Amino acid sequence: MKATWKHIRYVLGENPVTLFAFALFGFILLCAIFGPWLAPYDPLTTNAAQSLKPPSARHWFGTDALGRDIFSRVLVATRLDLGIAFASVILTFAIGALAGIAAGFFGGWVDRLVGRLADTIMAFPLFVLAMGIVAALGNSVGNIVLATAIINTPLYARVARAEANIRRNAGFVEAARLSGNSEVRILLLQILPNILPILMVQCSLTMGYAILNAAGLSFIGLGIAPPTPEWGILVAEGAALMISGEWWVALFPGLALMTAVFCFNLLGDGLRDIVDPRRRT
Amino acid sequence: MSDVFDKPLLDAQSLHKHFPVGKAPGPFARAPNTWFGRADRPVPKLHAVDDVTFTLAKGETLGLVGESGCGKSTLVRLLTRLLDLTDGSIRLDGAEIGHLPARGFGSSSYRPRIQMVFQDAGDSLNPRFTAFAAIADPIRRLKPLPREQLWARVEALATMCGLPLELLGRFPHQLSGGQKARVGIARAIAVEPDLLILDEPTAALDVSVQVVILQLLNDLKTRLGMSYLFVSHDLNVVRLLCDRVMVMYLGKIVESGPAEEVFRNPSHPYTRALLSAIPHFMPGQAAPRLRIAGEPRSPIDPSPKVCRFYGRCPQARVACEQSMPLLQGVGQEHSADHSVACHFPITANAAREVA
Amino acid sequence: MSAVPVLAVDNLSVEFRTRSGIVKALEQVSFNIGKGEMVAIVGESGSGKSVTAYTVMGILDAAGRVDSGSAVFGGLDLLQARESALREIRGREMSMIFQNPRVALNPIRRVGDQIADVLLQHGGITRREAPKRAIEMLARVRIPDPERRARAYPFELSGGMCQRIMIAIALACSPRLLIADEPTTGLDVTTQAAIMDLIAELGAEQGMATLLITHDLGMAAEYCDHIVVMHAGHVVEMAPTAALFANPRHPYTARLIAATPRPTARLADLVSIPGNLPDLRATVIPACRYSVRCERRKPRCEQPLPLVLGDEKGSMVACWNPL
Repeated sequence: MKATWKHIRYVLGENPVTLFAFALFGFILLCAIFGPWLAPYDPLTTNAAQSLKPPSARHWFGTDALGRDIFSRVLVATRLDLGIAFASVILTFAIGALAGIAAGFFGGWVDRLVGRLADTIMAFPLFVLAMGIVAALGNSVGNIVLATAIINTPLYARVARAEANIRRNAGFVEAARLSGNSEVRILLLQILPNILPILMVQCSLTMGYAILNAAGLSFIGLGIAPPTPEWGILVAEGAALMISGEWWVALFPGLALMTAVFCFNLLGDGLRDIVDPRRRT
Repeated sequence: MSDVFDKPLLDAQSLHKHFPVGKAPGPFARAPNTWFGRADRPVPKLHAVDDVTFTLAKGETLGLVGESGCGKSTLVRLLTRLLDLTDGSIRLDGAEIGHLPARGFGSSSYRPRIQMVFQDAGDSLNPRFTAFAAIADPIRRLKPLPREQLWARVEALATMCGLPLELLGRFPHQLSGGQKARVGIARAIAVEPDLLILDEPTAALDVSVQVVILQLLNDLKTRLGMSYLFVSHDLNVVRLLCDRVMVMYLGKIVESGPAEEVFRNPSHPYTRALLSAIPHFMPGQAAPRLRIAGEPRSPIDPSPKVCRFYGRCPQARVACEQSMPLLQGVGQEHSADHSVACHFPITANAAREVA
Repeated sequence: MSAVPVLAVDNLSVEFRTRSGIVKALEQVSFNIGKGEMVAIVGESGSGKSVTAYTVMGILDAAGRVDSGSAVFGGLDLLQARESALREIRGREMSMIFQNPRVALNPIRRVGDQIADVLLQHGGITRREAPKRAIEMLARVRIPDPERRARAYPFELSGGMCQRIMIAIALACSPRLLIADEPTTGLDVTTQAAIMDLIAELGAEQGMATLLITHDLGMAAEYCDHIVVMHAGHVVEMAPTAALFANPRHPYTARLIAATPRPTARLADLVSIPGNLPDLRATVIPACRYSVRCERRKPRCEQPLPLVLGDEKGSMVACWNPL
């Protein structure tokens, strides 16, 4: 355990970009947790007198058409966006990891079944599929999470499958068989712990997609319903105003979205450095 | 041989393992002269182990020698019951275990009796398991003990294998090659097997460590009364440890007999080539060299009539292409055990002439 | 050794920068290889034998740094030479074969083309002749049916066959020096013997010098004229093969020979080498890096290592209290 911390410290020390990604992640997490208390204004309170004010000392990110403070709305939206992404990634992890390692380890019909299911999902343009799922099941946070999880699962399952497949005939798996472990036991206690770190890296990368997807659904009106602050909606509200010169309405939520996705992608690269044993020398 | 060896511990009779190569003709493949599409042409099969028969006595160390691809790994996996037989019978202490499916063998009462030490100790240890967890795993699964006794047992095993107790909490990447080998051995003997299969246990080790591990293995054998099947391609190492040796070539045993006898009077041309290929440690002195040229025959659907060594054998004759030689005793009264599968075995006298 | 060595390595020291400090991987390594000679560097893992070969070839890992010393090859110090000059030499005058031929060969090019590439780059022959010469090379390394094999991809060939291809590539331009880094590790004994026979024969035919890096004392004994024994980055002993085996002078050499299984030895006769390699990252490394494991250690062993020249020509032992 001590060695692991030492290793993490080393990777962070060697690689300032990773350190930055971790710091940024910490910042976003704080915003998500404490956002509603930190926000200077109520994100839902309209104020016609203050509509469409450009950024100023009073309203850092300016105000929207209804005079709501954009900074507060962006800040408060963090929790919802991150929450949706987290929930969907956890779902993706649960389904994708299990299906993937079972396919890679057992091979045969399990592999074919998982492979065909993944192919079927991948055959759709993923965003359109997510739209379809939400449209069919209804606009709710739960369904957005579900749709986002479903479209991310195939990629995830493939990573898990490949990693499990490499190890299915490793010496330690044979040794575990000789020690009287059942196949399921080997899968869960011998193989899974070995590929868990790799899957965690993949989780971080998937987070980026999940945030984009959830925001995208809201952007086209299939996600969270309007007054609720959510990055996708905020961008959508501002998009129309870009032409008339009120650039800040769309820009700041867009920046927040971009920062979050960027952070998770960087984080994934950094995590890969930390968990890859080949980089431990 | 003495009385101890009378009743075999392991009795393997005509073991076969064939692997299908490629796929059966699909539903759209059409064999000539068949109307219904589906061909009845058989799938080509790789004969990895072909009619292998041998016994292993209690307390004996049997060496299995052969090149990569000769089928020794497959044979080992058949004997450890990690792989199902195509045909044949394996008896352990008289009880048939060959028909038990490999998949469920883990829960069989025979599982603890056959264990194995792997070739690459690094690869055979789970990177996420400590040395303690690795050694304790077979005990937990096969011969469960209460917590305190488990600790005591694992510590006793570690001591027996010369592994310092403070290393028990370490992960494989924190151990040296020799230490990993010791963990692998401790794990294999943890459930007190009768038969321990050693698959090139020292191949990845430096010579200075190799010696210690070989001596440890030899010591453990006498102390715990195990039988060894020692698989190796290093004949100098096999000679050190084994009472008897079997030489395998392309799925078949081509020669077997007491180690001393086989090394002194190799009768099969392949055995002779193997022996002449090992360094002899006599710098400056020209040793008799017998080199085999060419590539081995294909192991896929081999002709049952042609000797497997035909094509590389320096003394092949017409007979070698017409019938497969079977294992037969080499006619010498003091070595009734020594047998060879060759139509024209090299006798001791002839060998001396060649040399 | 002959008057002007093909390769003269002198006083070579190499350091590696790692996370846990600087590792003094090689210290004052010196040896010569004469024309047509085959010299083995033997040692266990961590002895620095491969680092020596890589340094000479100029393909040292980025973390490594040559601290001092020279490696003179054909009047040129390889350690000071520019990369462009080295590129000229590598492949034509000096080539290397590696432990794992499958990795070293390009997996998606036919082996005949890979040999032809080297010939075109260094051999000064025309595009039309190259394929023919490639097939000749395959025949020279005793590959049966060379016309057909030239069109094969590496994955279609066995390990021994791939190593022959590597040798064909290495020898295509008749180099003056061949560096073979564990060329037969992982191959079967019969293949190993065939490959080593081939290297020895082709070396003798062309008067090529060969540096064999191996952990296998038996193989070194069988094929090499001279043996350089390394331990923890030091050359501890160097002698003509017969003399080294008949009369090892360094305690480590004696131990190494005693630990190696031989046709005549019994298990009880073999003795291991006690102790471990010293930590090469430490700031203070004992002058004699074997002293911590040595049963012949004396107080004098703490002084800088002596380079005692032996009675035999070209022999050396670095020990205050040799056997």
